Amino acid sequence: MEVTANNISEETSIWSGGNKPLGSSYGKLMMWFFIVSDALTFTGFLVAYGFSRFKNINSWPIADEVFTHFPFFHGVDAPMYYVALMTFILIFSSVTMVLAVDAGHHMNKAKVTFYMLLTIIGGAIFVGSQAWEWKNFIKGEYGALETRGGQILQFMDAETGKRVALETFAANIDSPRTTHENSNGIWFLSETSLPSYSVEEVAAGFAANGNLVVKSEKIDELGHKIILSREESLQKVNEAINVVEGANLVHNEYGNRLFADFFFFITGFHGFHVFSGVVINIIIFFNVIMGTYEKRGHYEMVEKVGLYWHFVDLVWVFVFTFFYLV
Amino acid sequence: MAHDTENLAIFRGLLKFKSNVQKIWGVLIFLSIVTTIEVVLGILKPQSLMSMFLGMKILNWIFIILTIVKAYYIAWDFMHIRDEKGSLKGSIVLPLVVLIPYLCFILLLEADYIYEVMRTGFVSWNF
Repeated sequence: MEVTANNISEETSIWSGGNKPLGSSYGKLMMWFFIVSDALTFTGFLVAYGFSRFKNINSWPIADEVFTHFPFFHGVDAPMYYVALMTFILIFSSVTMVLAVDAGHHMNKAKVTFYMLLTIIGGAIFVGSQAWEWKNFIKGEYGALETRGGQILQFMDAETGKRVALETFAANIDSPRTTHENSNGIWFLSETSLPSYSVEEVAAGFAANGNLVVKSEKIDELGHKIILSREESLQKVNEAINVVEGANLVHNEYGNRLFADFFFFITGFHGFHVFSGVVINIIIFFNVIMGTYEKRGHYEMVEKVGLYWHFVDLVWVFVFTFFYLV
Repeated sequence: MAHDTENLAIFRGLLKFKSNVQKIWGVLIFLSIVTTIEVVLGILKPQSLMSMFLGMKILNWIFIILTIVKAYYIAWDFMHIRDEKGSLKGSIVLPLVVLIPYLCFILLLEADYIYEVMRTGFVSWNF
């Protein structure tokens, strides 16, 4: 149909593809097919997240306590502000995209070029922000202990009510234990690098600091994490078997292990969509500059990538709600 | 292409725009306001909205409703569903509107059941 430059479609008969089903061209219709199926894929991810969350409703991490960073404001507790900014960036790049589509309707090549460029920049900033968010999430901030059952024990100061990082109180115990590498031992065995502190060092440091208590995973009726008393805390710390710093697919210092898994999968899958959207936008951008669509007589291709781009924005609206707000 | 037949009214005709570009900016302002409300509520978390309603906090219901409102305006005005034929609108929206709530319903109900079993069952999850 209108994918060919010389619009043969006008002459073909209805049964040879000359018809426009649902009043929409072949390309746009296929993009809609893709979007509907992709929307169901994201639904699967987000509902699976909801499943795990409802299953662990009394111990799920609280997003405000996990995502607290803002660039250039180190150590400032700023929940939500950064993701809110990312949301605005993505909505704004959606607007420049729709303006490009509109300029395409008026065959205004200069404006389409300009707005496509703004869209690409917005998308790139968004992907960069997401990478930064991942970096903070993976690196972690305070560190925690993990019990045999996979519960996370975080530490806080009983007087100030602030979280306390492991490095501020862990004792220094000499230990011969080093990271096992396959070059210095059995060649088929190796391990990931050890955490900065051993369980013994954290436990000894905890026992020595009388004002430290454990913040458990459990949530009370008001939606706050339950903080254990000093005696309960000492007992809990002795049950710990692992030191956890930051997050990966197996352990994370924020709480339930599934939380980090879903964070990586859902925001990663969405980030991959944004990334491919930026790449496709760049291709279309150069096509616009070269005048491909000017020759073709219409800018429908911009409209099609526009649909994809808005869809990515639409998905982010939901990810934002279910990961950061609810 | 639908540019001759663009529908320039939003809010059921309450707000009419002179051109498509103006409508786009109007929708942007609306989406920004909704997002700002969400963020402010998310930071303040007013205690009055913390009571439960149909198994979830009222605040969370507000977030979900506002999200669906945003999704509607992105799809209708940015993706131009408003200008498409009714048949296309239906074939895009209906499968999603039917399947997504269904999947949410069965999975969340099951998850709640598992939660109850784990909470009241004989297995200790707290070790």
